[in-house]
Amino acid sequence: MSALLEAGQLEAWYGATQVLHGVSFSMAPGSIATLLGANGAGKTTTLRALCGMVRTRGAVRLDGQSIAAMATEDIVRLGVAHVPDGRGTFLDLTTEENLRLGGYARGNRRELAGDIERMYGYFPRLKERRAQQAGTLSGGEQQMLAIARALMLRPRLLLLDEPSFGLAPLLVAAIFDILRTINAREKVGILLVEQNAALALELADQVFLLETGRIVIAGAAATMRDNDAVRRSYLGY
Amino acid sequence: MDAFIAQVLSGLVTGGIYASVALALVMIYQATHLVNFAQGELAMFCTYLAWTMLDAGFPYWAAFAATIALAFVCGVVIERVVIRPIGESSVLAVVVVFIGLLVIFNSLAGWIFTYTVKPFPSPFPAEPLFGNHYVSSHGIGAIGVTLVVLALLYAFFRFTSLGLAMRAAAQNPVSARLVGIRVGWTRALGWGLAAAVGSIAGMMVAPTVYLDPNMMAGILLYAFAAALVGGIDNPWGAVAGGFLVGVLENLLGAYVIGTELKLTVALVLIVGVLVIRPSGLFGRVTVKRV
Amino acid sequence: MAALPTDSATARRNQWLGLALVVLLAAVLPFFLSNYRVFQLTLVLAYAIVLLGLNMLTGYNGQISLGHGAFYAIGAYTAAILMDKFGVPYWLTLPAAAAVCLVAGFLFGLPALRLEGLYLALATFALGVALPQLLKYKHFEHWTGGVQGIVIIKPDAPFGLPVNADQWLYLFTLGVAALMFILGVNLLRGRIGRALVAIRDQPIAAEAMGVDISLYKALTFGVSAMYTGVGGALGAIAVQFVAPDSFTIFLSIAFLVGIVVGGLASVSGAIYGALFIQFVPNIADQISKAAPWAIYGVFLIACMFLMPGGIAQVVGGAWQRLRRKPGKSV
Ligand SMILES: Nc1ncnc2c1ncn2[C@@H]1O[C@H](COP(=O)(O)OP(=O)(O)OP(=O)(O)O)[C@@H](O)[C@H]1O
Ligand SMILES: [Mg+2]
Repeated sequence: MSALLEAGQLEAWYGATQVLHGVSFSMAPGSIATLLGANGAGKTTTLRALCGMVRTRGAVRLDGQSIAAMATEDIVRLGVAHVPDGRGTFLDLTTEENLRLGGYARGNRRELAGDIERMYGYFPRLKERRAQQAGTLSGGEQQMLAIARALMLRPRLLLLDEPSFGLAPLLVAAIFDILRTINAREKVGILLVEQNAALALELADQVFLLETGRIVIAGAAATMRDNDAVRRSYLGY
Repeated sequence: MDAFIAQVLSGLVTGGIYASVALALVMIYQATHLVNFAQGELAMFCTYLAWTMLDAGFPYWAAFAATIALAFVCGVVIERVVIRPIGESSVLAVVVVFIGLLVIFNSLAGWIFTYTVKPFPSPFPAEPLFGNHYVSSHGIGAIGVTLVVLALLYAFFRFTSLGLAMRAAAQNPVSARLVGIRVGWTRALGWGLAAAVGSIAGMMVAPTVYLDPNMMAGILLYAFAAALVGGIDNPWGAVAGGFLVGVLENLLGAYVIGTELKLTVALVLIVGVLVIRPSGLFGRVTVKRV
Repeated sequence: MAALPTDSATARRNQWLGLALVVLLAAVLPFFLSNYRVFQLTLVLAYAIVLLGLNMLTGYNGQISLGHGAFYAIGAYTAAILMDKFGVPYWLTLPAAAAVCLVAGFLFGLPALRLEGLYLALATFALGVALPQLLKYKHFEHWTGGVQGIVIIKPDAPFGLPVNADQWLYLFTLGVAALMFILGVNLLRGRIGRALVAIRDQPIAAEAMGVDISLYKALTFGVSAMYTGVGGALGAIAVQFVAPDSFTIFLSIAFLVGIVVGGLASVSGAIYGALFIQFVPNIADQISKAAPWAIYGVFLIACMFLMPGGIAQVVGGAWQRLRRKPGKSV
């Protein structure tokens, strides 16, 4: 059985500056992986490179199919949902319109209404705010909206860039619970970039440690918790 | 009083035309943050296409529909062929390309159809509607057509997923790609729609000003003024601005400065709005969280 | 590129020498050509002055003007009215046209300052479209001659010089053009030129470095309009006639074509551009009345895609390859 996602010698540039220098890793279907690394290590860039948002070289395979040269929108249409750095909310549109857009690429209009309701089930707060302009939602509400919007795609792979950013601890815990549920119920693979390494390690099956554009350590989350380097740099004990 | 009402009403008629062209400008502005200087000439050229079909014996409404379709295709092709390749390069490059298009359409029309003024038929009856003596039936019809176009556009952007996708792509192209919207195509579609709306304006104005390659120059200026007065990023504002500017033009022309300085009025409006209130009367200031 | 100071001094001397040679060549040219050709070349010189002015604003300073035909018209009308109504000698109308346009440009530039690229283009476009109507306005008719315009008399050569009126006007225009170009080159080569480019490319940095952006922009607008006005006055004297319909928006567009095809932000480009807008339409006119404009449009778009540096870039490149030596085009 082929890997859900496979990156081989991935390099990426912003203008003339190379930021990724050969990132390679692979994720098993239905698994949760987390990408850890210091600020500026290239985590956000890795997610961008995976869905063709920056100039890249190297191989990317989704369920064995090469997606390296594809346009972002075509990659999304293959079932890769990306909650980008900064959430990517359509601020002038309403909450519900944002959700409708999340399902835009699926084509199946009939399931849309049901799926929106399902998201309201996960995030009841969004239902109360359904007709409100998304730009006026609170930071936490916008984060929920971003995740819900990504889930509207019914993705097979979900890329999350710091979903806990700026959220209260309780809310973070709730969101991670939802991620776990979605992973278990819908078999969605999740690649998570997270500053809160302790939480990420708890959720993830696999860990990749990124340092200045290279994967330096890769392994099962359970063993990583005991890895000295990881512990010292990311867990702080 | 009677004369005043007549002036206001005929102002609304021309205002409807300005509103349509302004709407076309706003649509392109929303999608690309560009002001299309060639919008008027494109509309003029499409009106010539309509004239050609009518001349060949097509029934009016068939020619009308075919022209809209052709205009749409024209807009899409222009976006694909010249606008997209120039991409995000300097404003100067983009403006130069627009001016190039303006000149090409103008001269093409002159070349193919000559510079002699041509009459253009109205689809509406010659005798005034409802026995009124203020506005011709063409005037009423033109306003009606403008309002129908507006309603259709509103419905398209408000209720269809393609319309929603176009709004999303205009607002935030990066995020739009991340939900699978083909932003390049929504832009081309925006151009097509703008060209189509413009061609309708051309066909509605041609019966009153007659058809010639330079018929849109003044109208484009007023449409600019309308779009700016209403707020260049706000379709409703553009339409309101169109009617407002149309009425203003007529009243000023009739009572204050005469008709000979109409273009100067537009110039003053444009510079005035840009300097004093660049967001226009109804320009949207993005709602910020309090 | 940092060159050795002596090198750049010689290079500069060579350039001035080259320029002198060109002017000398240009000065003997009229004696070998028909009067009509001489008249056309006079217009080329007038246009070259205009294009240099427009290039200062648009090419160097990055402010897009689609309405410079308006300043050309103001210069032309100033000259015509002074000559026709006040009997002012033709050569005195030039400083007058320059002054009027400097002020007009500065005043239009003041509000325009607050406008970013696209909107400035819009405002100047409106100016270009609206001006002919203003010139026709009945309350100005006493001065402007309304739709009929003003006919002016071609000046004869002074001091009994053995040249005819066309040749004289050409030589006179050549002298003015040389003066304006020397002034312009000095302006653009020095601190002011660098400030203009800095404002175009790095407005924030320029401001941080203490460049008074608004003042520079408004002044550039004024100076640019001044050049255009002088060109307009010379053009009017050469054509011996001004009328509103000679100054439509298409004149402004022709100037835009001139700087784009000639070469943006290039002094020599003004001359190539002027030759282009004078002669290419004449050739194309034989195909159809509309053909010159179609060609303009195609050239505008093609230039943006294929040679953004215009003719000046092509010529400069060829020149360098010829000399096989690094150097800069004038
Ligand atoms: N748009 C950009 N243009 C130029 N350089 C960029 C851009 N975005 C990121 N970089 C650079 O690329 C490098 C990697 O950035 P990236 O955003 O991928 O880091 P990160 O690991 O996500 O950091 P953080 O934890 O702070 O989010 C950094 O050095 C950054 O300065
Ligand atoms: Mg990041």
